[in-house]
Amino acid sequence: MNTDSLRQIRFYPWRSVVLFFITAVVLVYGVIYPNLSVLITSFQRAGAWTLVNYREVLSQWVVIEAIVSSLGLSVGTVLLCAIVGVPLAFLFERFTFPGRRLFAALATLPLVLPPLVGTVAFIFLFGESGILAHGIQNFLALENPPWRLRGWPALLLFHTYTMYPFFYVLTGAGLRRIDASLAEAARSLGASKTVVLRRVVLPQLTPSLLAAALLTFMTSMASFSAPLFFGGDVRVLTLEIFTARQRGDAVMAVTETVVLAIISLGALVFFQRYEGTRKFAAAAMKGAPRRRAIIASGKARVLATVVAVIFAIVLVLPVATLFLVSFAREGSWTTQTLPSDYTLANYQRLFADPFASEVFFNSFTMSAIAAVAALLWSFCVVTFLRRRRFVGRRLVSLLVLIPWALPGTVVAVSVADAYGSPGSLLGSFVLVGTFWILPVVYFLRFMPLVVRALQASMEQLDPTLEEAAGSLGARAWQRFTRVTLPLVWPGAVAGTLLAFVIALGEYVASVLVFVPGNRPISIAIASELRDFNLGAAAAYGVVLIVIISISMMVAGKLERLRS
Amino acid sequence: MSFLSLNGISRSFGTTRAVADVWLDVHQGEFFGLLGPSGCGKTTTLRMIAGLEKPDSGSIEFQGSDITNLPPERRGFGMVFQNYALFPHLNVFDNVAFGLRARHKTKAEMAERVASALELVQLPGYGKRPVDELSGGQQQRVAIARAIAIEPALLLFDEPLSNLDVSLREETRSELRELVTRLGLTAVYVTHDQEEAFALCDRISVMVGGKLMQTGRPRELYEQPAEISVASFLGRNNLIKAMRLSSSKTAEGEFKTLEGGHTLHLPVKHEDLAPLNKPVFLAIRPEHVQLSTNDHEAENSLRGNIREIVFAGATSTVHVDAGGLLLEALVLRADGFEVDQPCSVILPKDRLTLLKNGRG
Repeated sequence: MNTDSLRQIRFYPWRSVVLFFITAVVLVYGVIYPNLSVLITSFQRAGAWTLVNYREVLSQWVVIEAIVSSLGLSVGTVLLCAIVGVPLAFLFERFTFPGRRLFAALATLPLVLPPLVGTVAFIFLFGESGILAHGIQNFLALENPPWRLRGWPALLLFHTYTMYPFFYVLTGAGLRRIDASLAEAARSLGASKTVVLRRVVLPQLTPSLLAAALLTFMTSMASFSAPLFFGGDVRVLTLEIFTARQRGDAVMAVTETVVLAIISLGALVFFQRYEGTRKFAAAAMKGAPRRRAIIASGKARVLATVVAVIFAIVLVLPVATLFLVSFAREGSWTTQTLPSDYTLANYQRLFADPFASEVFFNSFTMSAIAAVAALLWSFCVVTFLRRRRFVGRRLVSLLVLIPWALPGTVVAVSVADAYGSPGSLLGSFVLVGTFWILPVVYFLRFMPLVVRALQASMEQLDPTLEEAAGSLGARAWQRFTRVTLPLVWPGAVAGTLLAFVIALGEYVASVLVFVPGNRPISIAIASELRDFNLGAAAAYGVVLIVIISISMMVAGKLERLRS
Repeated sequence: MSFLSLNGISRSFGTTRAVADVWLDVHQGEFFGLLGPSGCGKTTTLRMIAGLEKPDSGSIEFQGSDITNLPPERRGFGMVFQNYALFPHLNVFDNVAFGLRARHKTKAEMAERVASALELVQLPGYGKRPVDELSGGQQQRVAIARAIAIEPALLLFDEPLSNLDVSLREETRSELRELVTRLGLTAVYVTHDQEEAFALCDRISVMVGGKLMQTGRPRELYEQPAEISVASFLGRNNLIKAMRLSSSKTAEGEFKTLEGGHTLHLPVKHEDLAPLNKPVFLAIRPEHVQLSTNDHEAENSLRGNIREIVFAGATSTVHVDAGGLLLEALVLRADGFEVDQPCSVILPKDRLTLLKNGRG
């Protein structure tokens, strides 16, 4: 049934024009222009068109190595995350045993950790002067730490910890969607359990696995904090771009940015192509997911419980370490396994020190501006995305998707390149070096989240409600304020909160374009870490985690309110 | 001047023509039905009357003025949706008051009109209830109360009873009819359920494949379907393919069935007659087919064999093979009949209908 009609005439022409104008301006200036600008810069040298930038960049061994490292790290991360996440999802989705709920509640913990905070926690726990290394060194009375948190193993360990939830969550959701009667039908037709798994379950799970692989790959490609702090010899592309900019080699940075953008978008296109061929039509009949089985064998049950407990501990340890270190007195943790002296001084400093409170204020203000702008703007965009007959619909959704698909590094570099100096298209409009650069970058990076959240809410909205309101005499504005808005705001606000907290801990893009007078929390954490103020860095991290947890709880409440 | 007229309205979705050139007049005070199988375009037609859908061509007139381009909120028609479309964030009172708020009524008037609307649907005192706590039947009543509270110029129903269970459906049906009559409203009612349409409506239009096939009183449609699609959609019907033998001058037509080669006589109107060389369809309801085990030599009596007897409670259906022509007869008691028994089938000539030629 076509239900576009009311939406077609929902806004009177001049309103549509205004909304479309706002939508278009943001997309043109926020997405199209910066990305084009980067592309153009990368093909120009001294005002002339040339390929020389690429020739120079691609002839440098470090760059080739960075590309190979980034790709290798991403592929390795995808494989490891799949190896960890998929079996866990099967275990926890298909079976029930003591300890299952504990793990299930903690499983997605790494997702809410800002990458920088996770990195800091890893250094405290697994680093050469961290709790584990010190513990073993002291226990065995070794002269040197037993390992160094450096290079490939360190990066892969950290990536697996932070990104395995993509596989765990999406595989679990995929398993829940599979109708139990399909497996039963296969069994009744004589298929063994392994045949059912291979020929019935896995094919239906493929879309979930592909989606998880894509998310993991893209996140890993964009990863910056971990390579910066413990990448060692492994120099990935994001890091190369960062150092090129630090050196002041803008053209080099821009050219490498284009390379990184192409790899990321290429991965997106590749996965979506492949996914398109593996989509299954939804079954006509409603089915029920399989009930969780109780593990019958006592030994297996003990084993499952042990696995659950170990994983729960592994998941919590980095965060627990962060909490512990945040209470350590400065200088009290040198060669001991655990800090020897505890204090509240680190937290007191956060609230007393004007510099620290200013940092919080900065991050709050900038994230709030970005999140609220994203919320307001998403209402403009979704108006158009809802219209099935709107010609530019696919283009608009593609443009909204692009900043999400691009690594934060790319977004920051492209905005900096486009709005770095007075240009022909902009007159004297410059963002770089002003307060506004970070709110703009945050907005661009995280508005896709808000748009998606609002879109999902709108899709759940029964279109006949708006029609009923229309037939009862409500004008367009009344329909929007009295029917649409009351029903979609919980979802939209939940999405906005999510964008807000991610922006709050943002580091990758911030480090490239922040203004010294307007430093966000992440920059403060990194500089405390460099100055070996471990307790202070940890305290910042803990406060961030607390804010994020509260926001996620509120968002979860709102989500439930919606349904 | 008629109350509501659809003047040749059409609507396509992509390449599918949902509604094709529909002409229709609804009179004031009438309970009018739009009946047809799912996907026939009846809901789209209703939505065009409501203003929720715009016709690609044609016009809609209401009380003499053209409302084709009027947005739904300015038509003042009440509509009851198939899924009720109750606002989940509002309680019963606010749902019913929604249209009154949009009309900026005073608080006192609003309270009074909501109360009387709830009274009418037998839900007095339910105002404070959240709508999701109501049963399906109660939600349905709230939807009706909401539509009548705005004192609509026209009441539109989109399969409002299809989400109720069978026993509740019949009860609500008669209440609905009574309510509309009492308030003196004009209603357009869309349904795919012929029994429901017959019970409720003064007049019915049958729609098939986006086209309006026939309009008339329920009895007319049932007993004298004009089109083969109407005949086969409304209840069970024996469709007999035949060629005309008689000349066009006589008042009684003579036909030869293509299956079985039987000769049938029935009265025909001159203008209904098809060319001699073209096959036509004759229709007769199973309940009008007479069956007997005796050897009859009456007019339109065919010899046949009983193939199957299907017991269905109050009635039974007897399937007869009359020399290759398969017919169904509805009998109250199938006691005297047995499978494989020879019998005679009588098709009374005043019960046989000549359908308009071809497939319409």
